[in-house]
Amino acid sequence: MNSAVLALEDGTVFEGSSFGAPVERTGEVVFNTAITGYQEVFTDPSYSGQIVVLTYPQIGNYGSNDGDNESAKPHIEGLVVREFSPLSSNWRADETAQQFLTNSGVPVISEIDTRRLVRHLRSRGVMRGVLWAGSTARPDSQTLVERARNAPSMAGLDLATHVSTPQNYDWNQGIVRASPSDCEGEATETRHHVVAYDFGIKRNILRRLVHSGCHVTVVPAGTSSEDVMALKPDGVFLSNGPGDPEPLTHQAQQIRKLVGKVPIFGICLGHQILGLALGGKTYKLKFGHRGANHPVLNQITNKVEITSHNHGFAVDADSLNHNELEITHVNLNDDTLEGFRHRSHPVFCVQYHPEAAPGPHDSHYLFDDFVKLMDQQ
Amino acid sequence: MPRRNDIHRILIVGSGPIIIGQACEFDYSGAQACKALKADGYEVVLINSNPATIMTDPELADRTYVEPLSVEYATEVIRRERPDALLSTVGGQTGLNLAVALAEAGVLEKYGVELIGAKIDSIKKAEDRLLFKDAMKKIGLELPQSQLVNSIDNGLEFAARIGYPVILRPSFTMGGAGGGIAYNREEAEEILERGIDLSPVHEVLVEESVLGWKEFELEVMRDQADNAIIVCSIENFDPMGVHTGDSITVAPAQTLTDREYQMMRDAALACLREIGVDTGGSNVQFAIDPKTGRMVIVEMNPRVSRSSALASKATGFPIAKIAAKLAVGYRLDEIKNEITRLTPACFEPTIDYVVVKIPRWQFEKFPGAEPVLGTQMKSVGEVMAIGRTFKQALGKGMRSLETGKADGTTVYLEHLIEARLITPNPDRLRYIRFAFEQGYTEAQVHELTSIDPWFLRQVHEMVDLEKELARGSIDAATREQFLLAKREGISDSFLARAWKVPPLEIRARRKALGVTAVFNRVDTCAAEFESFTPYLYSSYESECEANVSSRKKVMILGSGPNRIGQGIEFDYCCCHASFALQEFGVESIMVNCNPETVSTDYDTSDRLYFEPLTLEEVLNICDTEKPDGVIVQFGGQTPLTLALPLKAAGIPIIGTDPTNIDLAEDRKLFGKLLDDLKIPSPANGSATNVDEACAVARSIGFPVLVRPSYVLGGRAMVIAYDEDTVRRYMQEAVSFSQSRPVLIDRFLEDATEVDVDAIADSTGAVLIAGIMEHIEEAGVHSGDSSCVLPPTSLSPETLATIKTYTEKLARALTVIGLMNVQYAVKDGKVYVLEVNPRASRTVPYVSKATGVALPKIAVGVMLGKTIADFTDATGVLSVPQYFVKSPVFPFNKFPGVDPTLGPEMRSTGEVMGVGENFGEAFAKAQLSAGTPLPDKGRVFISVNDRDKPVAIALAKRFHELGFEVTATRGTAEGIRAAGVPSKTVFKVNEGRPNAVDLLKAGSIDLIIYTATSGAHAFSDEKAIRKNAVTHRIPCITTMSGARASVEAIVSRRRDPVRVWSLQEIHGAGVAAKAKIS
Ligand SMILES: Nc1ncnc2c1ncn2[C@@H]1O[C@H](COP(=O)(O)OP(=O)(O)O)[C@@H](O)[C@H]1O
Ligand SMILES: Nc1ncnc2c1ncn2[C@@H]1O[C@H](COP(=O)(O)OP(=O)(O)O)[C@@H](O)[C@H]1O
Ligand SMILES: [Mg+2]
Ligand SMILES: [Mg+2]
Repeated sequence: MNSAVLALEDGTVFEGSSFGAPVERTGEVVFNTAITGYQEVFTDPSYSGQIVVLTYPQIGNYGSNDGDNESAKPHIEGLVVREFSPLSSNWRADETAQQFLTNSGVPVISEIDTRRLVRHLRSRGVMRGVLWAGSTARPDSQTLVERARNAPSMAGLDLATHVSTPQNYDWNQGIVRASPSDCEGEATETRHHVVAYDFGIKRNILRRLVHSGCHVTVVPAGTSSEDVMALKPDGVFLSNGPGDPEPLTHQAQQIRKLVGKVPIFGICLGHQILGLALGGKTYKLKFGHRGANHPVLNQITNKVEITSHNHGFAVDADSLNHNELEITHVNLNDDTLEGFRHRSHPVFCVQYHPEAAPGPHDSHYLFDDFVKLMDQQ
Repeated sequence: MPRRNDIHRILIVGSGPIIIGQACEFDYSGAQACKALKADGYEVVLINSNPATIMTDPELADRTYVEPLSVEYATEVIRRERPDALLSTVGGQTGLNLAVALAEAGVLEKYGVELIGAKIDSIKKAEDRLLFKDAMKKIGLELPQSQLVNSIDNGLEFAARIGYPVILRPSFTMGGAGGGIAYNREEAEEILERGIDLSPVHEVLVEESVLGWKEFELEVMRDQADNAIIVCSIENFDPMGVHTGDSITVAPAQTLTDREYQMMRDAALACLREIGVDTGGSNVQFAIDPKTGRMVIVEMNPRVSRSSALASKATGFPIAKIAAKLAVGYRLDEIKNEITRLTPACFEPTIDYVVVKIPRWQFEKFPGAEPVLGTQMKSVGEVMAIGRTFKQALGKGMRSLETGKADGTTVYLEHLIEARLITPNPDRLRYIRFAFEQGYTEAQVHELTSIDPWFLRQVHEMVDLEKELARGSIDAATREQFLLAKREGISDSFLARAWKVPPLEIRARRKALGVTAVFNRVDTCAAEFESFTPYLYSSYESECEANVSSRKKVMILGSGPNRIGQGIEFDYCCCHASFALQEFGVESIMVNCNPETVSTDYDTSDRLYFEPLTLEEVLNICDTEKPDGVIVQFGGQTPLTLALPLKAAGIPIIGTDPTNIDLAEDRKLFGKLLDDLKIPSPANGSATNVDEACAVARSIGFPVLVRPSYVLGGRAMVIAYDEDTVRRYMQEAVSFSQSRPVLIDRFLEDATEVDVDAIADSTGAVLIAGIMEHIEEAGVHSGDSSCVLPPTSLSPETLATIKTYTEKLARALTVIGLMNVQYAVKDGKVYVLEVNPRASRTVPYVSKATGVALPKIAVGVMLGKTIADFTDATGVLSVPQYFVKSPVFPFNKFPGVDPTLGPEMRSTGEVMGVGENFGEAFAKAQLSAGTPLPDKGRVFISVNDRDKPVAIALAKRFHELGFEVTATRGTAEGIRAAGVPSKTVFKVNEGRPNAVDLLKAGSIDLIIYTATSGAHAFSDEKAIRKNAVTHRIPCITTMSGARASVEAIVSRRRDPVRVWSLQEIHGAGVAAKAKIS
């Protein structure tokens, strides 16, 4: 078994075994506490630029399958786990998780004390790191730590443009049942045209939009508001995505211009950009929210949703103009802002992931809310 | 929606005696509910017939009724207490059924009691298979095809239609009682007959088999605002076909993609909403076809269940406590997560370790019962193990089991592999390991077992690593190899066996190489937030989170998995020890591996180590905690076997010195002690081989009692009337005695047995807590016979002798803490049967009867206080009323087993009856034990000549009481000769209609039957006893028991239905003594 090394910018070094591609990658080291759904995590573009630690110790058990991809390929820079299964045991699997990652050049370090690493990141905050799983001679730890320090820091980084689609494309595929017993309801027939900004969009968002009755045109992150309106959308969707929202000033300006013209729904990075567009501020969380068990209170219905999260930045609730905007969702773990809506325009957004994948389905209703907004126009 | 203020008094229904399928997990949930509601300012009224529970401690409720869980008595409690509400969901199936019965009897309506937790309709919808099926159809969930039948013919007809195998489940029986899998018509016929009979509504569900599918469980919680969460997912290692209670189970689910898991989550929530469980916890079971992903729902329990207890321990999320709070109106988001403190309970726990539960069976105690696992639960206990990986957890789990046989000694036979893999049985996991050792492939084993390939790969990897390590040697072993072994869950004792060195050498070596255990926390959140509760498990990671304190601390070793002879009573003692320590300002550290117990609740002790009770693991904890003292006398035999090695390792054991505990078990030394003290004991000797044994037996004279030393519950103990029996028995016995000698005693026939619990302190003061007179004579295991406080037939002289002997023994053994002595009284002479210088099975019962918390005083004296510091009582504690303890047997789970009583313990639980006279207390105890005595009808008597005089006298009483008397020829003649009319009936071997025919026809209401020879049971005796069990007719096999029953029947006729709460019985006493410290 080849060895692998994870070196953090603060000098902490973990030695383990290599399971994925024999390469070296740098990135921001973050952890996700979801027990299931590793493949969705691998392929979620919001993770580009990040080395992901999965807190659940047994990863790879059910292999990987095409149906669970959230984009064309894995976007994580590297994977850190406690134990990696060489065998895949599930009727849906078409290859092992190991093959899947190796084929797409993602390094994996296994057999390390992930709990200690997570406790470290929890107390010190997320930091940059290098995952070395090279086949060549192992660089000494100090060199690796240096490389970690020289890696670009997340703050101020525009990764969205980088992962976005080069040109427009249409999306019409809805939800595919996971099994003959999947009690997912029937899709409503298409009645709205939605233009979706791709800042690193997850496929399940597109699938859910289609499922709720939308025909979607996906456009590049840099698309101007005029070009968007030219597509005659019934609604505009702002996707999730990687990196820091702050550098996305151009996007914020375009969105500002769209507010009031057309119903808008934003998720995650989309929510942050809306926040900025409407005069709010964003800030970086110490270690972010990444998991599938966060309680979010919907202040309109006064019901709690168990939600899927993946964000390192957040919108500062106090920075919002409360005469113009109304807070709709709050995180019950740390009271951070999870969603708001415009008081006078058909505009709303959430910080978490109602499309789940991975995670609970409690928040699917938001896609129908979006459709209802468009119905009312 | 905060707490409801329109209700003030809440009645909580417990689950009664420990039986297979319903063990102390319901003491755990009940105790949590009591605490939670009381803490919230509600008045809690509790009813539970089981005195060995923590929940029935006077401190936990405002009014505690140890009374029968019958409509009759529950109604009386309600009439007296007038509760506003009844919480029905924490008392297992028993609690749920009683709640339903009370509602249907109109009692709840009459007294305006509101059902909280689950409403009647939801309970019905979930429990009634037909309603459930429709409900699930409605929300688009599939069930296996099925049909309810009330006749064997309809059953067979439908079975033929869907094809064999079929699953048969009687309606409304718990733990699947009476159900089974039929692979052909014959089996179907047999099971249908049994099932239709056992089902209270005489109804059986014939169901399509989904054998071999993957089985899962989800633990769900929902509040009144419809906020719902999944606390934990559980995947069964054993596929469908083995009851979850008998399956090795793993948390969280290991082989589901997120899509499948969420699909299951959606289904579970939909199910909860449709059934209408609007507050509390439920358990939903699913099966998934590993080939197509087709999912069916197996069942849902609208209450806290066995799995909820497991899920609570596995995640740190206290389901029962929160269920109770939800039942009184709280919302999930209004309750804090006590472990993280900052976040709410409204979330889904996520874990960064793997949890494995392994059941423990005891077929060996039920000769004649086939050790085969199916849809009906047979295990008597379970262990849980936590590891960073599945392999680590599985390894820990296997050594937590303490199967009694020293590891490695059991032999596995190659020609049995296939059979042992195909048919689920208690040894299947060990045989899978053996198969891999023999070179079977994962594919082959999967073919035979249908166990998921991922699990098989894990087991295979463990076996391979063990093989590889075995090739090495202690001197050659590197740090890396040691580390790998430990990380993969391999024990020091395995390495010791493989490398032929003592385990402690392995320990020393690996520590020298820097391979030491660290401790991680169970924190509900995979380290995302800080944890404030020291709930720990060991691992071989790189960072220790134990974070030990510098306070004075004492460690309590628990009793491990429940088994017959060592169960909840010992957990009761451990918990009290912990409470006492905290009261005395000493930090309490609990070590145990039984997920069903209160002792493994993270808020019972200051610190909890969820670990196997092995020398290796206990020493690891000692290395980290450096306790000022370790208590071994409360956990039954389990900690005692560790006492000497721990002492040898320099660990400070407090209380009675281990060498003295050992002395009491050592026949030679102990015999000498008795001689010195001039205390008589039955003639005895010991032997280490067959011939020696026979010689000893001859010299003592038959009948003799042969048994291994150092086992609890009279395991492998037999009464031998001749030499062959001794010869035949030796092998078996020895294999259990772990190189300790076999003991041979003169067997005292027709002696009265007496159990004594006492406490002694360092000043030599001895307080006798209780002198319990057994109803059944010596020869019936103390744990299997009913007993009464105060004694009813012992002469003052005898009592005085017993007192003196007990005091002498306590001083001679310099007992500090608890001691239990068993005596046999024959012809006025008192013999000592055995002395256990430790807490006994009867401690909780005596504590409840006397109102004195014995374990607390015991801990006090261990910490250097004196008995006088606690109570001015001296001599023998008094009891204000009559308290009868009666055992409960699992014979209905083992059809074909002869339900006769003997020196080997077979009961799983106990109940207590309280009365103003013996008869009343005994009648209640019998009712609670599930063998209610009739107050009219026909009594059938058949006894051996020795018993005839007594039997005739009894027949007279029964006649006077208006019973019709029927007897076998010999007995009948005697009775008629005494002028009492009596019908004669054939014995089985005499012709027909015989006694068994009458039994089956239901024309007998009570049986009094004694064996015609103690040695062998004749066919008709067996037949009668077995049928008595299946037809639930009380069958009394001793004259003393028969006498007691007459008194009970008299009381049933004479005394009104009346109940007393422990608080009123012991009055201020309880409160006062509770405060002592
Ligand atoms: N249709 C079936 N095919 C195969 N096994 C089954 C089927 N239904 C139940 N079982 C097995 O029987 C066990 C007990 O069934 P269950 O409905 O859970 O009864 P209980 O109320 O005793 O828990 C289950 O755990 C499962 O392993
Ligand atoms: N010499 C004896 N004569 C008659 N009965 C005995 C004798 N020794 C033991 N017994 C019976 O066997 C039962 C079990 O024996 P005991 O020594 O108590 O074993 P255990 O350690 O399992 O409690 C006792 O409760 C008693 O009923
Ligand atoms: Mg079940
Ligand atoms: Mg005994």
